[in-house]
Amino acid sequence: MTDKTIYPGLIGQMSKKQRRNLALTSISILLLVAFFYLLQNGFLLDNYGIRIVNLCLIYSLVGISLNLIQGYTGQFSLGSAGFMAIGAYVTTLLALSPEVKDTLFYLDPIVPWLADLHLPFLAALVLGGVLTAAAAFLIGIPVFRLKGDYLSVATLGFSEIIRILFVNLQNVTNGATGLKNIPATVNVWWTGTALILAVLFMVRLFRSSYGRSFKAIRNDEFAAEAIGISLMRHKLLAFCTSAFMAGIAGGLMASVVGTINPALFRQSLSNDILLIIVLGGTGTITGSILGGCIFIIAREALRFLDNGFAIGPVTVPAIAGLRMVFFSLLLMIVVLFFQKGLAGGKEFSWDRLIGFPGRVRKSIQRLLHRGDTNE
Amino acid sequence: MATLFQQFTNALALGCLYGLVAVGYSMVYGILHLINFANSSVFMFSMYFAFYSVSVFYLPWYFGLIAMLALTILLGVCIERIAYQPLRSAPRISLTISAIGVAYLLENFATVVFTAVPKSFPDIPFLQEVIVLGNGEWRIQRLVIFVVISMVVLIAALLFFLEHTKMGVATRAVSKDFETSQLMGININAVIRVTFIIGSGLTAFGAFMWGLKYPQISPTVGAMPGTKCFIAAVVGGIGNIKGAVLGGIILGLVEVMLVYFFPGLSGYRDIFAFIILILILLFKPTGLFGAKVTDKA
Repeated sequence: MTDKTIYPGLIGQMSKKQRRNLALTSISILLLVAFFYLLQNGFLLDNYGIRIVNLCLIYSLVGISLNLIQGYTGQFSLGSAGFMAIGAYVTTLLALSPEVKDTLFYLDPIVPWLADLHLPFLAALVLGGVLTAAAAFLIGIPVFRLKGDYLSVATLGFSEIIRILFVNLQNVTNGATGLKNIPATVNVWWTGTALILAVLFMVRLFRSSYGRSFKAIRNDEFAAEAIGISLMRHKLLAFCTSAFMAGIAGGLMASVVGTINPALFRQSLSNDILLIIVLGGTGTITGSILGGCIFIIAREALRFLDNGFAIGPVTVPAIAGLRMVFFSLLLMIVVLFFQKGLAGGKEFSWDRLIGFPGRVRKSIQRLLHRGDTNE
Repeated sequence: MATLFQQFTNALALGCLYGLVAVGYSMVYGILHLINFANSSVFMFSMYFAFYSVSVFYLPWYFGLIAMLALTILLGVCIERIAYQPLRSAPRISLTISAIGVAYLLENFATVVFTAVPKSFPDIPFLQEVIVLGNGEWRIQRLVIFVVISMVVLIAALLFFLEHTKMGVATRAVSKDFETSQLMGININAVIRVTFIIGSGLTAFGAFMWGLKYPQISPTVGAMPGTKCFIAAVVGGIGNIKGAVLGGIILGLVEVMLVYFFPGLSGYRDIFAFIILILILLFKPTGLFGAKVTDKA
């Protein structure tokens, strides 16, 4: 996306290509809206399918969130699960009605100040994101004195601390039992809007000085500092923004899944998110979305492996968990042999898509040509 | 007084156990600059190896221990060969991600092969017997003595290896400067393999003793001890063998003694290690006994 920022009034001044791209973008957004509409009204998929689409969108959002801090700013964080947990819990606790809370906290009554607090879902969700960002700020101040592996272990540590706190704060979080009957407010419109907003935000961000500073920090911290970029300020900013997105994703996920408990937010969740961005390719929005969708869809589509299947005469019996083995093998192959991820480290753009057949033709020709000279 | 003594010996045993596994993490980090996340899965597999050799194939426990050691070392070396060696020239982050991927794969693989239903670690009456001292108030499990003695012996052997053998010197050289030692004709891959043999062997020992203390085996059993042992290595100063052992002992003591003195904190037991980690990283990032490192990245 090398083209200059486009303002609506300047359509007349655009090149032919820019005008074409703008048209294509508008059409695809309209198509997306139509897709969401059909989906939400049950024309395309059943409830199970809609749930999968929701999860795809949510995981893509978390993927973008992790990519902001890791792929763009170069700070290796393993704390996504902790931030999702804060978002999910805050949103849920604020969105649940006092009556439901009363029935849920039967072991130990809920703290009084939280019992009657009840907000509309949107407000609860946004507040969830804001509080997650605030937590990230507090964590970030000490943690960003560290770099590299030490940073990743420290973020992992904080994520575990958050989870263990949630297990033990019985009268705030209902402990290990978790919370259920979370209102199923979230539908494809919510998750879709959240993801589109996040993508637009990221695209704008990386044309701003902040975005460029983030990339500078990733590429060379010392050089970035030398040209006057405040490392702490920018790292914190990226971290808090990333946490805000993860918190929103957590809140959305709570509503889609319906029940949450601390075990959901184990370290393995952070690892899942990390593998999503690796699968798609670190440092690209396209990669995060591709990774998130493939992760969720493959996990569901490979379910047949768990139920037993037959290849010709060979019958494979039902083995629980086989799909996850297959899936992790796939991931290892990507990690070892496709280090740029499935998106190849490039961002999606119309120019690339339209130029694709031509590039394929060219590389085939080059291959053929090389064959000639060798003979 | 007697319970304090008992808690103290428990803490010491746990600490020695952390220390042993921490040494493996510390050495691997010292050489490859890799947090070997896969090691927690190796730990878990190791416990299953013990389960199968003793409970399923009815080997006597000492043969079981040997089988477990051999299989764990084989696993560790295979992981290094398949998942880490191809990434020697790749960015460091790829290596870490590969380690996480291996951990993920092994965990899922274990769920398929061993099922998610917890199994129980074999009983070894010889080690679990309780020795009664004095007027019957002072009681020690034989295991505690076994843990402490084997820790001292193993670490002494390791230090001897590192100080007085050619391979050991090569190992230290590689952890000081990867590129230069390569130029000096040291076979990097051999050194790394030896490091993984030592690391996996110590992990197997740790897993064996962990299994006797906490006999439940499941595919996720390695995560907590694995992370804590890495923390122990950081606390002691990464790359430093004695530091890793001391870090482990400190961690074990803090964990057990804090819960003993403040029973209300028992739910937060697993947090202590992380709090210690963060405090250490903030105030003495090189660890308690670590050498001064110029770049922590």
